[in-house]
Formats: sequence, structure tokens, C-alpha cells
Amino acid sequence: MPIAAALAYLPMILVAATAVAVMLGIAWRREHAVTVAVTVLGLGLALIAQAFAWRVIPVHTPLLDLDGLALLAGILILASTLACAILSHAYLESFHGAREEFYILLLCAATGGLVLAASSHLASLFIGLELLSMPLYGMLAYAFHEQRSLEAGIKYLILSAVASAFLLFGMALLYAQTGDLRLDVLMGSLSQDTGAWGLAGIGLMLVGLGFKLSVVPFHLWTPDVYEGGPGPATTFLATASKVAVFMLLLRLMLSMPVLQGEWLRGVLTGLALASMLVGNLLALTQSNLKRILGYSSVAHFGYLLIVLVVADGLAAETGGVYLITYVLSTLAAFGVVILISSTAGGEDAAGLHYYRGLFWRRPYLTAVLTVAMLSLAGIPATVGFIGKFYLIALGVEAQRWWLVGGIIVGSAIGLYYYLRVTITLFLAQPGMRRRDASDDWGTRAGGLFVLALAGW
Amino acid sequence: MILVWLIVIPFLGGLLCWQMERLGDRPTRSIALVTMLIELLISLWLWARLDFQLPALDGTATQWALEYQVAWIQRFGISFHLALDGLSLVLIALTAFLGVLAVLCSWNEIVRRIGFFHLNLLWILAGVTGVFLAIDLFLFFFFWELMLVPMYFLIALWGHSGSKGQTRIGAATKFFIYTQASGLLMLVSILGLVFAHHASTGEYSFSYQVLLETTLSPTLSRWLMLGFFIAFAVKLPVVPLHGWLPDAHAQAPTAGSVDLAGILLKTAAYGMMRFALPLFPEASQAFAPIAMGLGLLGIYYGAVLACGQQNVKRFIAYTSIAHMGFVLIGIYSGSALALQGVVVLMLAHAFSAAGLFILSGQLYERCIPGSLEKWAVCGIGWAACPGSGCFLSPPRWAYRSQPTLSVSSWCCSAPFPRHPGWW
Repeated sequence: MPIAAALAYLPMILVAATAVAVMLGIAWRREHAVTVAVTVLGLGLALIAQAFAWRVIPVHTPLLDLDGLALLAGILILASTLACAILSHAYLESFHGAREEFYILLLCAATGGLVLAASSHLASLFIGLELLSMPLYGMLAYAFHEQRSLEAGIKYLILSAVASAFLLFGMALLYAQTGDLRLDVLMGSLSQDTGAWGLAGIGLMLVGLGFKLSVVPFHLWTPDVYEGGPGPATTFLATASKVAVFMLLLRLMLSMPVLQGEWLRGVLTGLALASMLVGNLLALTQSNLKRILGYSSVAHFGYLLIVLVVADGLAAETGGVYLITYVLSTLAAFGVVILISSTAGGEDAAGLHYYRGLFWRRPYLTAVLTVAMLSLAGIPATVGFIGKFYLIALGVEAQRWWLVGGIIVGSAIGLYYYLRVTITLFLAQPGMRRRDASDDWGTRAGGLFVLALAGW
Repeated sequence: MILVWLIVIPFLGGLLCWQMERLGDRPTRSIALVTMLIELLISLWLWARLDFQLPALDGTATQWALEYQVAWIQRFGISFHLALDGLSLVLIALTAFLGVLAVLCSWNEIVRRIGFFHLNLLWILAGVTGVFLAIDLFLFFFFWELMLVPMYFLIALWGHSGSKGQTRIGAATKFFIYTQASGLLMLVSILGLVFAHHASTGEYSFSYQVLLETTLSPTLSRWLMLGFFIAFAVKLPVVPLHGWLPDAHAQAPTAGSVDLAGILLKTAAYGMMRFALPLFPEASQAFAPIAMGLGLLGIYYGAVLACGQQNVKRFIAYTSIAHMGFVLIGIYSGSALALQGVVVLMLAHAFSAAGLFILSGQLYERCIPGSLEKWAVCGIGWAACPGSGCFLSPPRWAYRSQPTLSVSSWCCSAPFPRHPGWW
């Protein structure tokens, strides 16, 4: 293997090796803190290796195509996995049962995400997607003595399997049409003659990937799974997993001219508008913070689909910037939820009533959550605004007025529930049931991490 | 540099208040008061020192009395560009003065979470000062949106929950959604303008001066102008878009109402005069009859609805709508005299509305809250008076509305040594 390719593969190799190391370590001796330390170390090294990989890109191998976008996706995935690992430490401390296996699952899923985001072959695409999804079933059902966690895991398993079936069927049709599995060759021969099978194949693959992104109408699993899954697992699902799938789609759209036909743009525009509106509207009446974040992610990926519709000019930059801002805000929001939930066992403290008057007990955690909410709403002076600014700029430049209108209406509706969460934090009401982060949350790694996120 | 200080001082003062809360009430309030007094002194000092004559028309002089610029986001040609001229200075001095009043009038009214209250109050004032100073369109939008969040908290946390199921949080949310959504429309317009400029010259710029030169097709110009107009019309407010105002006023604490009526409404008029008219002169001229019609509608609508109000603050809110109708007509009438009158009327309205809100707040403190409903509203007939139709001699209608403002009639007769030279 040439040295450049080896260097570009190094992050994946490191993450996979860490997974193996953690597994062997657990077989030898169970020690939560050590497991976390090894995981964090491995992910940190992989991040550093990713920085070295910047020098050798683009690297093209038969299965993977490591270009700038794939590397950016890699950095985002690794960083959010790192965040999940650190937060899991706080979360699992009070967990009754085996804690260490969670990190193996986390590392495997991260490897899958890295492969998926860089894939240039239908085989690597499918392997990456499954490697990303399979550990997630386990992670979501990790607190299996909680009914909701189990429900979330099984729901995700079944629906994900259906989506995979759609995806495989689509791949089979594409193969039938073109006789090739390499994406660039395949799309090249499609551009001469798309054919009915080719169209159907692309459509079916879109369904499969749209399920993972939870765009409307494939979003039905989102709120339940978000609500039921343990905090760190949901965080991973909301950040790393979605980033990987979206980056794959973005890379495909930018590099394959055949995907930029008007019909596909029309379909994507419809999906985008539906996601923005439905996601925001359904979030309005929720009273569970994790469900709200779930619907909010539906809406955010609706906004992000604009990047795929335009796929031109500023699009790559916009996609990257928006994903970064989305990941930062989502991590900060979930980080606070995890820290609040971490003291007692049982379900996560995600009901809004737990957060009532939080400001007067935990001013700094509240500040973080406030900033995260305002950032998701796209208010200036937060990172979220930069992302929204880019998206609107992109829409205006490409003169997609419907989508720009969708963003405006969606944001206006979204404000309602983001503000509702925010104001709840500041309302004092004596005699409320208290559930709180442990007193030394700030000295723990997770707490420091959440504060650092807000500093962005 | 002093322009930056004008924004930074209230901002820092707010942070200081927040942290000083642990020392007790009095230091917190004093810090807020001192901050606003410093701000006021700086603006008065600038007023005395600087030259606000109209620039010579030889094309060499800049129109600004004071300017500050550093590059910010070079990728899009955005710079941190502040500038001061007569119009901004008058409004900043007004902001500082009303800031002092707002701190004073909440001295006894606000007793809970004082530090956080003053943080929000001072940050609103910092944001508004930024709006009056920014002449980079991105920066302007940034400050425009920035002042919403503290205002939201002010209404939602310290407001009065009104009758008939109207909660302060509902009012605050309504305020926020109205202004934020229309703000996004303005952002779309700004970006449309920037990209039109990019298409013709090949470079990105958000600078006011540069964008003034942009050539636009009439259709595009009309749509972009509408984006700006709607954003400002919501904030002004112009009648079909006024829904948030009575609720926000009725539920806000006194200091919030003072800021809202005194300053926040003025940012909209300022925006129209500074941005909407000069950036799209032809489109605005074509739109003028509609805008003036809306203004006229607002005058009657506000006045008629004010008659039926049982709540003093709602009553003042509706009369504000009527007064802003006059401002709108003045802005779109296209005569220099009318624009001068608009400035005078804005100042007069700010002082008198602030005075009225403070009075009603004081009365509210002294009476049992329920009796507010029965408070006689007929004494102050300030809504009906300006309806006498002297539309084209604005200084006169500013004058006419003034004696009716029994509360603070002193304000408007303050001598105006120089006309602000801002066109």
C-alpha cells in the first residue's frame, strides 16, 4: 500500500485498533476509568492522524475516496465521538450493570461512520452504513432494563433494517442497469442513459439514506428513539451518524453530474420543505427536551437539504459550516441533558419540568443550554447564526426562493419551542421536584467539556 | 474608537451588574446608573464637540462626523464599520437618556434577580446603540437581532401577567417571533442586494457606501425594498403587522416599556431613513403612496382602538401606533422638511411615551394592581390631537401633539441648536 494511502487510512485504523484494544482490556479487567482513558486516547490520536491526512489528500482507492469533504466529515465524526465518550463517562458512572462495552460499540460505530463518509463503492457504502447502524442498536438499548430504552433500540433496529432493504434493492437495481458497483463508473454510465431501473435505484437509495437522516416522511422513528435511548447514544445518533450520511450524500451530489437533474432537485426540494415545516410544527407541543431536539434535528436536516438541491458554488462550504455549527450546538444541548440525568439511575431527565428554574441552581449549565438553544434557533452571536447565514446566502444566490421562504417560516415556528425551553430554565417555582447534576459536575471532564463547547 | 466604547460600556456595565448582585441591591443599581450616565455624558460631549454641518457637495468630504472601521469577515467583505452623524447622535443621546430613566424607574419596581435584570436592560441599550452606529449591513443586522434576546427576557421574566389568560411569556414570545421572522426577511434582502452587487462587480461587500452604488433592475429593487420595509414595518409598527405591540407593552415591566416605546420603535424609523430609502430610492418612491396609506390607516386605527382600552399601558401602546403612523407618512412624503419633522416627532414621542409609561408604572406601584383597570384614561387626550391633517408641515404637527402631552411637555421645546445634517 502506498504511503499516502496508508496515512489517509490511519485514522480508521487507529479507531478500529482502539476498539480491539478496549475489548481485550475488558476481557482482562473491568475498569471504567481506564476504558474511557483508552477510548479518549485512541480517538485523540485518530484526530491528530486526521490532521496529517490533510497533507496527502485527495487519495483515491478502489473502495474509499478520501477528499476534503470526507476528511471534514471524519473530523466531525471523531470529535463528536470523543465528546460522546467523555459524556458517557459522567453518564455511566451511576449505571447499574456493565459499563465498559458501551465504548466498544461507540468506537465501532465511529469506524463505520468514517468508512461511510468516504466511500466510493457500493460495497464500502453498505459496509460503512451497517457498521455505523449495528452498534447503534446496542447503544440505544444499552439501558435494557428501562422499557423505553429497549423500545428505542428495537424500533431503530426494525426500521433501520427496512431502510437497509430499500438501500440494497436500490443498489441491486443500479447494478442491473449499469453492471458496475463503483460509484463513479456507475454514475458515468447512468449519465448516458438513466433508464427506468436507474431512476428507481436512485430513488430507493434516497429512501434508505433519507431514513438515516430522518427527513420527512422517513422521520417517524426519530422522537421515540431520541427520547428512549440513553443520552450518549442519542447524542451519537444525532451528531456523528447523521454527519456521516449527509457528507456521503453531499459528496455524491457534488461529484456526480447525473444527480443534478431537475427531477431529483424537485424531489429534494419537496423533502426539504416538508422536513422544515413538519419537524418544526411537531416540535411545538412537545414537553420532553429530547423529543424537541429530535424534531429539531428533522428540521435542521430539512434546512441542510438545500445544500444538496443547489450543489453548486458555495454549497460545499455551506454544508461544512452548517454541519459544524449543528454538531456544536447539538453536543452542547445533549451535554447538559446528560449531565443533569447523570446522577440518578432510571430514565433520562428530559422532561421540561426538570429544567424549570435551573438558572437559579446551576447558572453556568443553564448558560450553556441557553446558548445551545439560541444557537439551534440561529440567533446572532451564536454559531448557529453563521450556519443559517450561509444557508440563506446559498438559497438567495441560487434563487431558490421557495426554500428561502421555507427557512424563514421554519425558523419562525422553531423559535417558539426554542424560546419555551429557554424561558423554562429561568422560571423559578418553589417546591418543584428537584433533579440535578451532581455538585461537582464542573470539576468533571464532561462538565468542562460542555463549558468549552459553549465558549465557541 | 470612542464609537466602540459607546457600545462596549453598557455591555460591560451589564456584566458587572450581573456579578455585583452578590454585593447587594444598591451597588448593582448604582453601577447600572453610572454606566448609563457615562454613556449620556459621552454622547453629549460628542454633540458639543463635533461638527454636524452638511458636507460640501464637492464629493471629497465624507458624510460622517466620526468613523471607525476594522476588517471582520473578509471572506464576504464584512467589516466592523461604525459611523456617527447627526441623526445617529441624536438617537444615541436619546437612548442613553432613556436608559438612565429606565434604571431609575425600576429602582423600586424590580426587586427580584436585580443583577440579571440590569444585565438584560443594559444589553438592550448596547444593542440599540449598535443599531444606530452600524453602517455595515451585516453588522446592522447583527445588532438588530441582538437586542431581541434581552428584551425577550425582560418581558418574560419581569413582566406583569395580564388579565384574560394573556401571559407575559406569550407576549414576549409573540414579540420575538414577529421581529425575528421579519428580521430574516431583511437578511434575505440584504443578501439579495449583496449578491446583485457581486454579480455586477465581482466582489462581495456589505458596506453601506458601496451598496448605495448598486444598480438594480426595477423588479428586484422592488422585492428587496419590500424585505427591508416589512422588517422595519413590524418594528415600527405599521398596522397590519402591529399585533405584538399592545401585548408586549401591557405585559412588560416599566423599564421594558420605556425602552420599547422610547427606543426600539425608533430603530425602525431610523432603519427606514438610513437604509430603506437611500438604498432603493426609485422603488421607495413608487411604494410611497401605499406606505403613506398604511400610515394613515395606522393613525385612525390606533386612535380608534385607544378609545376602547381599559388598560393604561395598552392605551399608550395604541396611541404609539397612531404616532408611528405619522412618522411613516413623514418618512415617505419625500420632502426634507418632513424628514426633519420626523426626527422631532420621534424625539417628542420617545420622551412623552417614556414619561407616560413611568407615570403609569408609578401609579401601578401605588395602587392595588386591580384598580389599574378602572384608572381613568380620558385625562390624556394625546391620541386624538394630531389628527388635524397638517401632513406636510411636520414640525407643526410635532408641535401640535406636544401640548397634549401633559406629562412631559418640556421635552420637545428643548432648543435644537443645529438641525442634524444627515442627508
